[in-house]
Amino acid sequence: MWEMMYIAAGDRLPIVMPLVNRALSAPLNIHGDHSDGMGARDTGWIQFYSENAQEAYDNTIQAFRVAEHLDIRVPAMVCLDGFIVSHSIERVEYIDDDKVKKFVGKFKAVNPLLDLDKPKSYGPLILTDLYHEYKRAQHEVMTKVADVVLDVAADFEKMTGRKYELFEKYRMSDAEIAIVVMSSAAGTTKDIIDEYRKKGVKIGLIKPRLFRPFPFKEMANALKKVKAVAVLDRADSFGGYGPLYYEICGAVMSLEKKPLMINKIFGLGGRDYLPDQAEQVIDELVKIVKSGKVKTVKEYIGVKE
Amino acid sequence: MAKQIELRWHGRGGQGTVTAAKVLADACLSGGRYVQAFPEYGPERAGAPIRAFNRISDHVIRMYGPVLHPKVVCIADATLMDAVNVTEGAPDDAIYVVNTSKDPEAVRAKLKAKKSQKVYAVDATKIALDSFGRPLPNSSMLGAICRATGIVEMPVLLENVKKSFGKKFAQKIIDGNLNATKRGYEEVKEG
Repeated sequence: MWEMMYIAAGDRLPIVMPLVNRALSAPLNIHGDHSDGMGARDTGWIQFYSENAQEAYDNTIQAFRVAEHLDIRVPAMVCLDGFIVSHSIERVEYIDDDKVKKFVGKFKAVNPLLDLDKPKSYGPLILTDLYHEYKRAQHEVMTKVADVVLDVAADFEKMTGRKYELFEKYRMSDAEIAIVVMSSAAGTTKDIIDEYRKKGVKIGLIKPRLFRPFPFKEMANALKKVKAVAVLDRADSFGGYGPLYYEICGAVMSLEKKPLMINKIFGLGGRDYLPDQAEQVIDELVKIVKSGKVKTVKEYIGVKE
Repeated sequence: MAKQIELRWHGRGGQGTVTAAKVLADACLSGGRYVQAFPEYGPERAGAPIRAFNRISDHVIRMYGPVLHPKVVCIADATLMDAVNVTEGAPDDAIYVVNTSKDPEAVRAKLKAKKSQKVYAVDATKIALDSFGRPLPNSSMLGAICRATGIVEMPVLLENVKKSFGKKFAQKIIDGNLNATKRGYEEVKEG
């Protein structure tokens, strides 16, 4: 279905697709990691990542409003960690169906195929003459998405009291070092950060929510005072860095004073992300700030030796 | 720190251990708390050792991943005490609840439990056979855990057992499981 996803985005079809993130074969494994979501990174879809069941639920409701917004009309996927969240029971605050229906609103068909008075053609052949311009138009529309996401989040907060932004900042206001990590691993990391904060380590966390389009400017702003950053990827680009690491590098490029950066690959194929892994990363960040040096940029953690 | 209790279940595939963890989470949820229930997913085979986990808290639970230091260890199959390390990571004040026909002192010796740790024994399989004719110890284990830990009120637990089994089973089986839960509560022994 890979090219179908490009088609959905290219035809500007406001589909909402929950994506229960999982590992890809081979070897055969369907446990939680971000390999599938990252593979779909360049398809032209909006991507939200969710920490827990509540966020998956809330993001899904908001995704309809975002995807169907008449200024953009782009398909959106709502990602949540396979098994770790998808096959767990936890508490979720539901919203009444009537309220959700009112919030999402009625679907408005734009240029429907079944309008016999005005026949349309979808998915036409466009060769060297205009394909390039068509793709630029897709890029242009993506630049408008963040504002829509924030508008919808503001309405959602009015309805539920639950606040959503482009990414979550946790204990970042005075942070000297930071971990950037998505989805359920962010929750575990927050608990460990609280322990280090008690010891006086000025560590914070950033949890990207909107991964596509990526909010580079806002991310740079959030990281501008930080001395060292560890980006944790639950997916790998073999022979490259983890996909989230590239985004954070892209963001900090605009900063005059760039933080020292490391990239950890963790939790592939559902490997547990345990507190000691977060501790190991924070300890390394503390050392990096002291020495001013990064030994190894990219490393796997939680590996059985 | 939030008041949080973590449980680890040891059972064998097909015994209803995962269901028991889910029912316990549902029951604790009814009290307005935050809960987690999740199994460790492996190759699913009947009879294979499995683990499942619960976290019950007054505050939002952010930690994902297995429970490493369970305050409560529920052993739904006594033969697992020889097969897997059921005491791994258990703190000094851990509570063990074991499905066994042996008395709790013998289980304490078998587990090499510390003095500060509590050991409870219940013949959950026998209760299940008496109550609904099948060797599925999960509902009687739930009753025993309720008694041993006080983690949830018995009427709330019974309501959730009814709700959970009510989705799939006939009235006779539901009644049998409710009876097993009550008997687990009444017959569990500390030693």
